[in-house]
Amino acid sequence: MSYVPSTPAQRQEMLRAVGVEDYRELYRDVPEEMLLDRALDLPSAMSELEVSRAVSAMAAKNTQFSTILRGAGAYDHYIPAVVKSIPAKEEFLTAYTPYQAEMSQGVLQSIFEYQTMICELTGMEVSNASVYDGATAAAEAAAMCRSRKRRVTLISGAAHPDVINTVRTYCYGTGDELRVVPVKDGKTDMDALREMLTADVASFYVQQPNFFGLLEDADALGEAVHAAGALFVMGCNPISLGVLKTPRDCGADVAVGEGQPLGLPLGFGGPYLGFMATTMKNSRQLPGRIVGQTVDAKGERCYVLTLQAREQHIRREKASSNICSNEALCALTASVYLACMGPAGLKEAAEQCMAKAHYLMRGLTALEGVELVYPGPFFHEFVTTLPRQEEVLSALEAKGILGGLPVEGGILWCATEKQSKAELDQAIAVVKEVLAK
Amino acid sequence: MKLIFEKSVPGRHCDLLPQCDVEKAELPESFRRDTPPALPELSEVDLSRHYTELNHRVHGVNCGFYPLGSCTMKYNPRIDEDLAALPGFAGVHPLAGAENVKGCREVLDTAAKYLCEITGMEGMTFQPAAGAHGEFTGVLLIKQYHRKRGDNARRKIIVPDSAHGTNPATAAMCGFEVVNIPSAPDGCVDLEALKAGLGEDTAGLMLTNPNTVGLFDENILEITRLVHEAGGLCYYDGANLNAVMGVVRPGDMGFDCIHMNLHKTFATPHGGGGPGACAVGCKGFLKEFLPASALMDEPGHIQVRAFAGNFLVVVRALSYLLTLGREGIPEAAQNAVLNANYLMRKIQGSFEPAFDRICMHEFVLDLSGYKKETGVSALDVAKSLIDYGMHPPTMYFPMIVHEALMLEPTETESKETLDWAAQIFRELYELGKKDPEFMHNAPHLAQIARPDEVRAARQPVLRWQKP
Repeated sequence: MSYVPSTPAQRQEMLRAVGVEDYRELYRDVPEEMLLDRALDLPSAMSELEVSRAVSAMAAKNTQFSTILRGAGAYDHYIPAVVKSIPAKEEFLTAYTPYQAEMSQGVLQSIFEYQTMICELTGMEVSNASVYDGATAAAEAAAMCRSRKRRVTLISGAAHPDVINTVRTYCYGTGDELRVVPVKDGKTDMDALREMLTADVASFYVQQPNFFGLLEDADALGEAVHAAGALFVMGCNPISLGVLKTPRDCGADVAVGEGQPLGLPLGFGGPYLGFMATTMKNSRQLPGRIVGQTVDAKGERCYVLTLQAREQHIRREKASSNICSNEALCALTASVYLACMGPAGLKEAAEQCMAKAHYLMRGLTALEGVELVYPGPFFHEFVTTLPRQEEVLSALEAKGILGGLPVEGGILWCATEKQSKAELDQAIAVVKEVLAK
Repeated sequence: MKLIFEKSVPGRHCDLLPQCDVEKAELPESFRRDTPPALPELSEVDLSRHYTELNHRVHGVNCGFYPLGSCTMKYNPRIDEDLAALPGFAGVHPLAGAENVKGCREVLDTAAKYLCEITGMEGMTFQPAAGAHGEFTGVLLIKQYHRKRGDNARRKIIVPDSAHGTNPATAAMCGFEVVNIPSAPDGCVDLEALKAGLGEDTAGLMLTNPNTVGLFDENILEITRLVHEAGGLCYYDGANLNAVMGVVRPGDMGFDCIHMNLHKTFATPHGGGGPGACAVGCKGFLKEFLPASALMDEPGHIQVRAFAGNFLVVVRALSYLLTLGREGIPEAAQNAVLNANYLMRKIQGSFEPAFDRICMHEFVLDLSGYKKETGVSALDVAKSLIDYGMHPPTMYFPMIVHEALMLEPTETESKETLDWAAQIFRELYELGKKDPEFMHNAPHLAQIARPDEVRAARQPVLRWQKP
């Protein structure tokens, strides 16, 4: 099946109307020797039911955990039913980028609302319509901060390893340098940062909370960065912004982050959502689509893609980025999530994440041989030592629990509002049982 | 209509979370935010109605004809949505152990195998999240290849002036100097211009074939041979793969690497601008340069985003590949080409194609003569189509054709739809001669009249403000 609606008879009629005998003649410009002279080595076409069976069988080969205590950049939050149903509406789902404002007001308004919500979360003045994920948002932020004289990008070593590697790759692309600021006690080493803030540094990126779950002293980092004349970029967990000081209040010039926690499923890593926001002053450097409000010929309020002079289809090789498609439907999902949580619900989710993670930490570190590795306040992730790691993790898996992620020095645990006390108690009991053996 | 914030009522909310059943943790004061974000406060029914109202103001492929050239707006099968939503995929943590993600690996490996076969490539990655992101990945393969051989003098990427804007933007992001070469009048590569642009500083060529005017470049083997002789590599922009899949393979045309937009050719939905997903394929000698995740895989590779890419989009594309199978893939391509030629011939006699010859999966109308005659522009015609419930074609692209309208009907449109569309183009052709003023003011029946884009850019209002 190829979803071609025309019948064989109609196809013949159409070929005749075009003035050719057969399909081969339509490809007359393709040199004969290049044409594929055999069938593709693919399975034969399948009915919908067969496809459903084949693909479901693949899904069944994955393990479904009832409790997930692993985060590290992908977080298992509760996704309200309405957050799934609204973005599945077929018009939102199948529309293209809203180039034609007269028939895309729904998409445009939803993006305008998304931009507003991201500004509210981050304290910033301008948000774009999204980029691919948190890592590319960090890389794009580094690019927008560079100037002719300041080319070097600094990034905290306590950022997510995939974020560091992605920023490194984008820097490799343009031929610019990335320097990683060392970590001390699980956080950015402030003294090292001060030394590294030379006159050629364009920006410094810190993740809040950082890869180890710890809260960085963002205000102080920002002050040091600004004192050296560089720009301050913060990569934020959006759920944490229900309670944490906004990046703008911490002095950030650009706020970015991974939007997955806002109602997007884990999905083996994607699609996720990169959000990017900045101050009005830096808005012309912001990459990607931006929606603006205007009026139509009748004076009615409406929305359009705007400030397009920054973009590739106008500027070509001088564009601020090559980005074209973004993650619009994921941005819509995040908007619906934020709208149904509301300010109180988001704060509650953030507080419960913190509460559950601290409860889990207390339970685990009460066990012999399990100790908190880094001091200092944390949000919903923390690192502990763990004897007999592999044994403990497999015992947890046997009970349907995905344990924390092995990292240097121990295990990186995560808890969210989704886990009940009973689930956490069970996980702690399993760890205790293995360690008691 | 009202913004969601204007519907907010203080104190209203949805009941979603249970009471916290453990002791709350204290956040030190210096880390606390002082004012809550001004998110809307709504009940679930408010939300449902708000987004339903917005959804009514969106034109999807399910609503009607969407001949947006170069975007391949084919029908997005529902079964693919169901399969991507399976908890066995949607609930998988990207950092779960290898034993726990065998099904995800099978999806990626199977899709990679099929796409290698379709394109004639030997390695494949799904890490890039969209077409332009795939271009970035592919051109970085070229960069790494030259750098590893110590061939640091290769600093230029050749891009025809008919290329998508992402091509030169990508080359610039990869640190290359862009050499724009003029196209021949038919939009194909001008061999003399190519030869003049090639040299010891050539890193590679980026090319779309069929090209952006919808023609297959019959000199393609000569083109890739010339680039290889000069020591460069050939990059295939797969934006137009829908015309040729199962018929001719980019690998057999002499290309070394390629990107495919799964959200075009392989029928995954566009989502109002994304998420897309991209597969980047390469010949065996470039495999070592493919990206990987520092955390999931191993450090030491390039990486263009976190984890393994837009996985759930790949699930959709695999479902589509399995549905079409070895018979359906070329059948889709052939009928995409047939539909484009049929529509072009049906319209011809009113608006004229820029190139009067057999096209591939899309074609370009040249309205410059018509505009001179009537004053009615390509934009006026595009906007008039909206009143008939048809999404306008791509406008003013490629830039080598003036007053261009580029139509790509795709294979999933029926003969009846194409006949209807052609009829409307012919009616508008006549209308423009009689009442150009009416068309200058189109659309008349749409959600809004033409927006003031200048005002949007000069006095930017980019977010809602609390009154």
